[in-house]
Amino acid sequence: MADVLEITADNFQAVVLESERPVLVDFWAEWCGPCRIIAPVVEQIASERADSLVVGKLDVDKHGPIAARYGVQGIPFLGLFEHGKLTRQAVGAMPKAQLEKQLGLAS
Amino acid sequence: MSQVHNVIIIGGGPAGLTAAIYAARANVGPVIIEGYAAGGQLMITTEVENYPGFPEGIQGPELMQMFRGQAERFGAKLITADVTRVDLSSRPFGVWTDADELRAHSLIISTGASARWLGLDSETRLRGFGVSSCATCDGFFFRDRELVVVGGGDTAMEEALFLARIASKVTVVHRRDEFRASRIMADRVLGHPKIAVRWNAEVQQVIGDGVVDGVEVRDAVTGAVEVIPAAAVFVAIGHDPNTELFVDELDLDPSGYILTDGTRTSVEGVFACGDVQDTVYRQAITAAASGCMAAIDSERWLEAALHQASTSGQHA
Repeated sequence: MADVLEITADNFQAVVLESERPVLVDFWAEWCGPCRIIAPVVEQIASERADSLVVGKLDVDKHGPIAARYGVQGIPFLGLFEHGKLTRQAVGAMPKAQLEKQLGLAS
Repeated sequence: MSQVHNVIIIGGGPAGLTAAIYAARANVGPVIIEGYAAGGQLMITTEVENYPGFPEGIQGPELMQMFRGQAERFGAKLITADVTRVDLSSRPFGVWTDADELRAHSLIISTGASARWLGLDSETRLRGFGVSSCATCDGFFFRDRELVVVGGGDTAMEEALFLARIASKVTVVHRRDEFRASRIMADRVLGHPKIAVRWNAEVQQVIGDGVVDGVEVRDAVTGAVEVIPAAAVFVAIGHDPNTELFVDELDLDPSGYILTDGTRTSVEGVFACGDVQDTVYRQAITAAASGCMAAIDSERWLEAALHQASTSGQHA
C-alpha cells in the first residue's frame, strides 16, 4: 500500500514539481471537517493507483504560501499536478467516483 | 444470491450509528453502509455544546468516533462505500454500492441532509474560489477581507460570528426582514461591531472572474440592485435531505423528506430516522433518538415477518 506523502515547503519542488508521474496533492488543515471526510478517499486513491500516481497532503496552516501560489481559497482542495503544473482540481468533500471524475483520473 | 442480511442501515451519522448500536445489541447483526460522508454533519462542526453527557462540550468528529466505536464493539459491520442504487420493490431489498450488491429483509435509512446552495451558475463556477459553505474551513483564506454570509438561521449566525473574528467586515444578506435564528444567536450578530445586516436582499449572482469580487443583491421591497463588495461569500441557507436514491421508491414530502409514521416509511420493512425525515428538530440528539426508535421498530418488524414466514413454511 502506497503512503500519502507529507508535502512541505522543503520538498514541494522535488516531490511535486519535479515528479515524472502525476501528483495528487490534498491541501488540508487540522480544523477542516470536510478534509477529514475526504482523507480516507485520498488514501484509497493512493493505494489503488500506487503505480501511476504520487499522492501527498499539504497542511495549508503550515505552508500557506504554497496554497496561495495556486489560488487555494477553499479546502479540501485536491490538485492534480502534471509535469510541474496544476492541471486539474476539485474543491470540497465528495464521493470517490465524483472526485476521480473531476480530476480526470481514468477508472 | 448473496447472503441476506437482517438489516442494512444506510448512512453513518448519529441516527444510523445509534440504530446500529441498538440493532447490534439485539443480535440482529446490522450492516451499516457509512458512505463517504461517514459521521454526517457533525464531522464538519467543531464544538458541540448541547449534547447531553458532555458538560464541557465535545468536538463533533470526536463524538462520532465514539458512536462508531460503540457500534463496532457490539459487532455492527461497517462498510465504507457509497450506495448507488436501491431496490425496495423486491424482497429481500437490494442495495448496491460501487463494488457490491447486498440484500436485506429490512432497511433503515439515515442518509441525513446536506447544505443547500443558492443554485446560481456563478455560485457553482466560483465554488472553492470564494464561494463556500464552510466558514471554519475557508474563513482562514480571507483574513482582514470583507465577507458576505447569506442566510438568516442559526447556521448563518454561527458562520457570521466565526468570520467576524477573521474578517475586516461581515455583511449578512438575508431575504426577509427578520432572522429565523434563535434569539441568542441573532442578538450576538446584531450587536457585533464588525457585522452589518442587509435585510430583504435576494442574491442575484456572485460577481467575479476567477475569484469572488462581490455579491449582486436585489432589494425585495424597492427592487434596487446593488453589488456588495466581498472577497468571499458563505452560503448558509439551510439543508436538503439526501433522498435522491429513494425518489421512485418511497413517499417523500414536497421538499424531498421521507414521509414517516413513527419511523415507518411507505414501504413495509423500510424505516427512516434522523435528518432525512426530520423537518422540525434536526439535532444530533433527536437524530440519535430516532435511530434508536428505527432499530427497535425494525427488530420488531423482522421478528413478526420472520415468524410469519416460518409458520407459513410449516403449512406448505
